[in-house]
This record gives sequence, C-alpha cells and structure tokens, in this order.
Amino acid sequence: MSWLTRVRNSLPFLEKRETPDNLWVKCPGCSEMLFTREYEANLYVCPRCEHHGRIGADTRLGQILDPGYALLPAPEVREDPLKFRDSKRYADRLKQARANNAHPDAFTVAAGTIEGQKAVVGVQDFTFMGGSMGLAVGAAFVAGAERALEDKCGYVVVTAAGGARMQEGILSLMQMPKATVMTRRLKEAGLPYIVVLADPTTGGVTASYAMLGDVHIAEPGALIGFAGQRVIQETIREKLPEGFQRAEYLHEHGMVDMVVPRAEIRSTLAKLLHYMSPAEAA
Amino acid sequence: MISYLEFEKPVAALEARIAELRAASQGEDVDISAELKRLEAKSADLLVNTYKALTPWQKTQVARHPARPHFSDYVEMVFDDFVPLGGDRHFGEDEAILGGFATLRGRKIMLIGHEKGRDTQSRIRHNFGMGKPEGYRKAIRLMDIAGRFGLPVVTLVDTSGAFPGIEAEERGQAEAIARSTEACLALPTPMIATIVGEGGSGGAVALASAERVLMLEHAVYSVISPEGCASILWRTAEKAPQAAEAMKVTAQDLAELGVIDRIVGEPIGGAHRDAAATAQALGDALEEELDALSGKSAKQLRRIREDRFLRIGEHKPRREKRRSGT
Ligand SMILES: [Zn+2]
Repeated sequence: MSWLTRVRNSLPFLEKRETPDNLWVKCPGCSEMLFTREYEANLYVCPRCEHHGRIGADTRLGQILDPGYALLPAPEVREDPLKFRDSKRYADRLKQARANNAHPDAFTVAAGTIEGQKAVVGVQDFTFMGGSMGLAVGAAFVAGAERALEDKCGYVVVTAAGGARMQEGILSLMQMPKATVMTRRLKEAGLPYIVVLADPTTGGVTASYAMLGDVHIAEPGALIGFAGQRVIQETIREKLPEGFQRAEYLHEHGMVDMVVPRAEIRSTLAKLLHYMSPAEAA
Repeated sequence: MISYLEFEKPVAALEARIAELRAASQGEDVDISAELKRLEAKSADLLVNTYKALTPWQKTQVARHPARPHFSDYVEMVFDDFVPLGGDRHFGEDEAILGGFATLRGRKIMLIGHEKGRDTQSRIRHNFGMGKPEGYRKAIRLMDIAGRFGLPVVTLVDTSGAFPGIEAEERGQAEAIARSTEACLALPTPMIATIVGEGGSGGAVALASAERVLMLEHAVYSVISPEGCASILWRTAEKAPQAAEAMKVTAQDLAELGVIDRIVGEPIGGAHRDAAATAQALGDALEEELDALSGKSAKQLRRIREDRFLRIGEHKPRREKRRSGT
C-alpha cells in the first residue's frame, strides 16, 4: 500500500464524494501531489511547475473547440495488415488499447468552431499506443483534411506521437507521403493548416505533417524532434545540450513560430484563423 | 576478392577449394578439370539455392554488403553523363546525398541519391549515407530545378536513415525530410525512385515519394531498422532476424503489399557479385519506366503519385508484378 492510499483511507469523508483513485495526481514534472479537480480545472497543467500533462483526444477537443462540435466517424482501415507479432500479437495490443480508450485509434477528428470560426480539428492521442501513426491515423488525418476542403475551412492538427507504428511496418512509413498529399491539397485550396505540437512529437510524425504547417504552435516543454534522444546519444556519444528538442529550443532554432501555454491555445488558434481566413473564391 | 557474409560460408568454402585446386594444378600434369567442373557446378548450385531462399534478415545483410554497388558506381555504369550539383544555399554541402544533371541512354534527367561511401575515408566523407537537413534541402533544390526545366527525376535510395545528431536536429532534420517529401509530390515531371540497398525510414521516403517505386531484388525498405525494431518491441537487438521477418522488409513482400511497383532482378549471389549486370538491369528498368511515363501532363503525374500514396494499405494486396530480372 502506498502512502497515498494510506492517507486516503484515513480520510473516509473524502471517499464518499470521490473515487479515491481520482482524487490526487502526481505531477510528472515536479512530482507534487495535485488535487485532481484543481489539475483538471487548470487544463492538466501543473499550477506549480507549469508542466503540461498529456491529455486524451476528447479533453483536447473540448479545450480547443466551442461546445457543440461533431466528431467525424473513424475511417475503416485494414487491421493488423502484416499479422504482426512480437512478444505479443499486435491484434491483442490493439484490443487492449481500445479497451482503455474512447476512440478506436490514435487520431480523432472533429468539425466545429473555434471562438466562432469554422475549423476542423484533428488530435493525436499519445495514450493510444504512444499516438503512433499507422493506417488508422493516416486515414483519419486524410479524412480531416478532406472535411476541411469540403467545408472550405482551416485544418488544425494537434500532434503527439512517438512516431510510426512499427507493427504496421512499411505501411506506417507510407502514411508520411499520404498525409503530405493532403497538406499540399490544403495549400492549393488556400486553406490554413495549423499544427499544435504537443508532448511528445517525434519520428515520422514530426518528419511529415507536424512540420508542414503554415504556422507551428508548440506547448511549453513539449519534446519535439526527429531522432530519439537515446539514438542520438548512442550515435554521437556526447551529452545532449540542456533543453535539447524541447519546444523552447525549437523556437530558438526557428522550427516553431511560438510556444503557447495550453490556456491560450484556443484564443491563439482563433486569432490565426482570423488572419488566415480563406480568400473568397475568385 | 569477395567478402562473404555469414550465411555464405558454405559457398566460401567451396570457392576457396576451387581456387586452391586451380593454383595447385598450375604446372602439374594431373588433369583435374573434371573435378574442377564438378566443384564449380556444386558451388554455383549452392549459391543459387542460397539466394533463392534468403530470409529477410539475410537480405538485410546483402543490402548492406560493403561491396554492394552504390550511387557513384551507378553513376559510372548506368548514366552516360553526370554533372554534380552541390549545396543547399542555406548551410552547406552534404555529401551523404548526391545529385545533379545526368543522361540516361540519351535522355536528360535529374539524378539524386544517397551515397554510403566505399572505404573508411569516403564513408566518413559521405557520413555513411545518412543525410542531414542540408542534404535534403539540396534535394529539394534539385527537384525544383528539374521541375522548371522539364527533367524527370530519378532517385537511388540507399540509407540506413537520416542522421541522428544534435546539429541535424537543430537545423530541422524533420522539417527538411517533410519538405523533401512534399517536393517529390509537387514535381510536375515524372519521378522514379529505386531502393538500391537500404531504404531506411523517413530518410528514404524523403527521396522515394514517387509515382513509380522500384526495388532491387535483395534491397530492403522499412520503417525502422530490424535492430531498432527488435530493441524496442523485443527489448533486445538480437531479435533483429525476427523483427525483419515480422516487419516485411523485402522487395518481394513490399510488392505484394503494393508499396513498390517493380522488382529489378539482381545477378545470382547479389548485386556485388556482378555490378555491371546489376547496372544494366537497373538502366533497362529505368528506361522502360520513363518511357511509360513520358507524355503525361504535370497534372496527370501528380494525380498518379497522389493516388498511389492515398491508396497504399487500404486495399487488398496486389499480386507481385515482375517484369524484369530472372
Ligand atoms: Zn509540477
């Protein structure tokens, strides 16, 4: 029994109102115990150290879109196309991930408004198999872009992924050009494509649609990069610089336009969409 | 002098025996030609059978073979002329990715590809074929020139992956790769990519987002190296053979998955046994593919390219269509 459980059990009056497991959370940044409700109210940002916690698709959509948005149906794709198995079957890993998640894969799209401006928002969910990009993520990204093209509105994508989904082998890699076909179509249609880089965004996701936005917004402290830090360290055998591959570091190196705290992302997006409103069809 | 791979040891033993016999028979009266013939036939059979049944992991070894022909070899053997162009105009010249104007059997093209290097010195100069942002930005520059002057783009992909280093990250490795992929997709002229050795992850895709993707018979193409995949999913790099099997990295598997369009046959025993024959087959394939794409408008070409990637993985696997090689 952890000390926390002991403390909780000694406070029976709280148990009546709350599920004990949800009462406190430990900040992954500073290890402070935070009151869950306070943490939630602060958009899962630690009020003490400003650490931006990883959040699920629905939470993210709710933070960005005005109430009343509509979820797009998840596109049907071939499941487990390689019949992949490592220590576990990929089919079982998928099943398990779905059991713990409200959505069938790691990319969820919704159409609605952001402070009154029409937009399609796609969010990648790190809690679903590390947000990894496979056929389902690629297809959902495409579906979101198609909807934006149809609605002639901006496409906002929140990225969070360790990279490609290895269990789909080369097919996961092929999602890079696939997504890029759509970012090009948005560009040709004169529609804004805005990327919000959340923690972490690495690998093939960064090396495709996460770096092709008209504007790149990053959440404070988010890990953003192409190669993993362990791989880099093994290759160069040098200590990595302080803050390497963090949002602020990318901003310094010109890869993101701005680092924006979570509480201001919605209004920032609204402002950007205002300036980048699609030119009236000629 | 051939350098043998681990699984080629039985072949190596036979070939050594043949060489020994030949040397011993010099100046001797005994006629060993019958014995030599027998051994040579046996050795050839063994090589054929070994290469017919290569596992994905063995193919990975062949694809990485130090003597396998590289970009510069193909420049010599496949193309009549090559005018190298250098620099990204922003930061520097990256010799992991080479490119320039080239002539393929009388046709003007833009040639771009990874160069791994041959000896220690050149491997370092070419950074083992691991491109940095400036390399991908050079590729973008060359694709832009190709588009404006109506030159088809031919790429030869051979990289374990884009370089993972501090400076590469600082200068936007991810952005450079993404933009290079975008440049491929935007090309108004035909584009043919060939995986000639290793097609490693994003560093390969950045030069392979073409309407026709070819692969040499024993090349491999994957989202992550088998070692990398194994160390993540199996928690030990020693399971690389299993990872190679599970990920489907071979030309034959990828043709079946519809990820590549054509397999270019290699000589028995792999490209390194007969670079000239490999070059001939590659040149023939490129010529045929360019012929097939000529006369298509920019719009048609882009549409073919886009549809190709939009559809990959979403339909039943296509049967392998093999039009060249043995
Ligand atoms: Zn904290």
